[in-house]
Amino acid sequence: MVGLTGFGGYVPRLRLSRKSAADANGWIQPGVKRFGKGERSICNWDEDSVTMAVEAARDCLEEQPEREIASIYMGSTTFPFQDRQNAGIVAEALNLDENLSTVDIGASQRAGSSALGAALDAAKGLDGQHILVLASDARRTRAGAQDEMIFGDGAASLMVGNSGVLAELVGRHSVAIDFVDHYRGENRAYDYNWEERWIRDEGILKIVPDAINAALSKLGVSPDTVNTLIVPSAMKRVPSKIAQMTGIAEDALMQSMDGVIGETGCAHPLLMLSLALENAVAGQVIVLASFGQGCDVLIFKVTDAISSYKKKVGVSGYIARRREETNYGKFMAFNDLVVQEKGMRAELDNQTALTQLYRRRDMLNGLVGGECEKCGTRQFPRSRVCVNPNCNERNSQKPFVFSNVPAKIMTWSADHLTYCPDPPLHYGMIQFEGGGRFLANFTDADVGKVGVGQDVRMMFRIKDFDNNRGFRRYFWKAVPAMEKEAQNNG
Amino acid sequence: MANGIRDKVAIIGMGCSKFGERWDCDAEDLMVEAFEECIEDAGIDFKEIQAAWLATAIEEIHVGKGGLPLAFALRLPYIPVTRVENFCASGSEALRGATYAVASGACDIALALGVEKLKDTGYGGLPQRSRGSLNSMWWANYSAPGSFAQLASAYRAKHGIDAAELKRAMAHISIKSHDNGAKNPKAHLQRQITEEQVLSAPMVAEPLGIYDCCGVSDGAACAIVTTPEIAKAMGKKDLITVKALQLSVSNGIEAGHNSWDGSYFMTARIASKRAYEEAGIRNPREEISLAEVHDCFSITELVTMEDLHLSPEGGAVKDVLDGFYDSDGGLPCQIDGGLKCFGHPIGSSGLRMIYELYLQMQGRAGKRQVSNPTLGLTHNLGGAPHQNVCSVAIIGQMGA
Repeated sequence: MVGLTGFGGYVPRLRLSRKSAADANGWIQPGVKRFGKGERSICNWDEDSVTMAVEAARDCLEEQPEREIASIYMGSTTFPFQDRQNAGIVAEALNLDENLSTVDIGASQRAGSSALGAALDAAKGLDGQHILVLASDARRTRAGAQDEMIFGDGAASLMVGNSGVLAELVGRHSVAIDFVDHYRGENRAYDYNWEERWIRDEGILKIVPDAINAALSKLGVSPDTVNTLIVPSAMKRVPSKIAQMTGIAEDALMQSMDGVIGETGCAHPLLMLSLALENAVAGQVIVLASFGQGCDVLIFKVTDAISSYKKKVGVSGYIARRREETNYGKFMAFNDLVVQEKGMRAELDNQTALTQLYRRRDMLNGLVGGECEKCGTRQFPRSRVCVNPNCNERNSQKPFVFSNVPAKIMTWSADHLTYCPDPPLHYGMIQFEGGGRFLANFTDADVGKVGVGQDVRMMFRIKDFDNNRGFRRYFWKAVPAMEKEAQNNG
Repeated sequence: MANGIRDKVAIIGMGCSKFGERWDCDAEDLMVEAFEECIEDAGIDFKEIQAAWLATAIEEIHVGKGGLPLAFALRLPYIPVTRVENFCASGSEALRGATYAVASGACDIALALGVEKLKDTGYGGLPQRSRGSLNSMWWANYSAPGSFAQLASAYRAKHGIDAAELKRAMAHISIKSHDNGAKNPKAHLQRQITEEQVLSAPMVAEPLGIYDCCGVSDGAACAIVTTPEIAKAMGKKDLITVKALQLSVSNGIEAGHNSWDGSYFMTARIASKRAYEEAGIRNPREEISLAEVHDCFSITELVTMEDLHLSPEGGAVKDVLDGFYDSDGGLPCQIDGGLKCFGHPIGSSGLRMIYELYLQMQGRAGKRQVSNPTLGLTHNLGGAPHQNVCSVAIIGQMGA
């Protein structure tokens, strides 16, 4: 049996109030006013498709750390690197064994569902291992574009395998039709869109129902047995029309989360699938249809194993972890939609020595430090001589992964001087449970809510941009845990 | 401990440029300005100098590397000139080099000069610069005020001090230094400030406001040293000698081992103990007449008073608020205005501090003169609380 063996996701904490965008742009694009309610998820300045994918993967992996991952299939239309494998960065951040295959799949809103389909095909040949499927998108839009209101940023993770299956693949069906509803040409930051009514009537409402009907008939699934129908579309009445045209009950339709997190690009079908699995019960049939120059249809049947599956935070958890952002100017700045005065301190040259990055890639990508085999002291970074003053043994440290170890804030400050796209820059000494510490930048921290003793979780984020060379550095930052207030307001 | 440096080397001349935003000056002008005062004070021909140490930290924004800038500026006669850099302790390192050279007998007369031309960057605050290929990839992005501000959160947590009370003690530190700096024509900032100004100032790095931070300025300072015997042979009386020169450099415990609590400077505690031993001081709070400490930020000065074993642990807030370190207190601190009013041209600060003590010991400190000082301490800190270098120097009357 081949199917889904795990699921998770990640949605950035920041939610742009769509009213703020409508207020800013309604004067020139009155059409955006009708989207002026609700929110959309937006990346913090230090998030991108790779960092979101890492977080989504951790959400899926951390409850099953013993699982062996044979491959990562990552779908995105917003890979930060055109030529440096993005799934490879994710694999290193996850500290996976380097004996795995990693694949980037892009160039269509079906990138996520195609990655999932390809992984399911490959899963037949697995021998107890699993394939990690990630889909992550942070699509950029021009200020005032309708898509700015509809889109959201997010990532989904699904594990695929042939053992411990939570939802069995009943089958899948794909059609490839070069229906260009929008496109993003080479070296272009933004989509170019054709008329919405044409997309709806000639595109989605023809291609998607046909594909679903073909899949149901090919696989012998009766539409009235479908419990969940996933057709991500923010267009009003389109999902229900599709349900009607395929004979699937309308109450099987999943909400698309428009106005909650928005449409997260090629991640969205998988994000909805992951959310559906959170509440799924054995025997349910899930149909997923993903549109983009054709259509991917995947049909799953939930197994008994779902009842004992323990999710970590999950898509629902990350949807709940939110902070409203009403400052549309900040959204513009984060997305380079405005030429902004950043001050001379932003001019620092951030060239990265790639030789150095390679030598220390486990430390920088995976937050791997050391544990002294003589005295047991954990330390970051791993060094040739143990930091414990009562030990100082040479060449005694084995690798120790800090990324999943809980930590607490020991000292902190909120700095208004150092250049940061979202000042003040918070940072401080953090101390890991079981030993080890370093002075870390904080992210997703709220002004006035950081304190000594507060719990933090490490997250893989962008450290610096090198805009002169089109490079970005990633490293780990401390994120104040949302659930608990600082135990001490020091 | 080895015998140490106590009374083996005398300072026979010192000079200090006006500190400030010296828009009209190159580093060359600052070096010559300090040196002219120094060589006149020493009363020797500059060609009698046999070796020189140049301290400058961020050389890439002004003079460039090596010993050349000093040799060129003073037209030194092809003698050994060594450039030293050890963050904010660079000036003290130059003095250490010159003092040890004389004490060893390798030369008779040596020069230590520190200079920094910071105000050619186009913006306020310390210059941004690369921190090394690996460090820049994982060290937190941080500023000097932000890193030193960390002390406040840890100090409060450790000693259970209310934020407002700590901020008031920090304010007192800055007000006291401005009171002193107002009496010093060489200081960059010569205006008194009020508590209200300090407390309502814009935040730089929480809880440090503008007035909790020292200035950024240009300046140079220098010293000529020789042996007491040669000094006496020159006819010098009431010699000022070096009593102790200590340096402690973090090896990563604070940054990487859980034994440090973030509220104090390990290096300063170690360097000061060694310095007292070298200088033969048993009770520093009683025996030290004056201290010039590295008040880059008000909170630094506050915790430093404990690290130098002048205030009891947890007792600095009380001592500060009681005025113990004021100009009329038990142990005047930053009597010249400190980094707070002089700013911190990095390479020169250590020697600028020694300069003030030297004037005070000779009774030449004008309106700032304290009565009969015998031993003075200088302290420099470079880096950040979690990884730094700390120098402690003690000078005083010969035989004291």
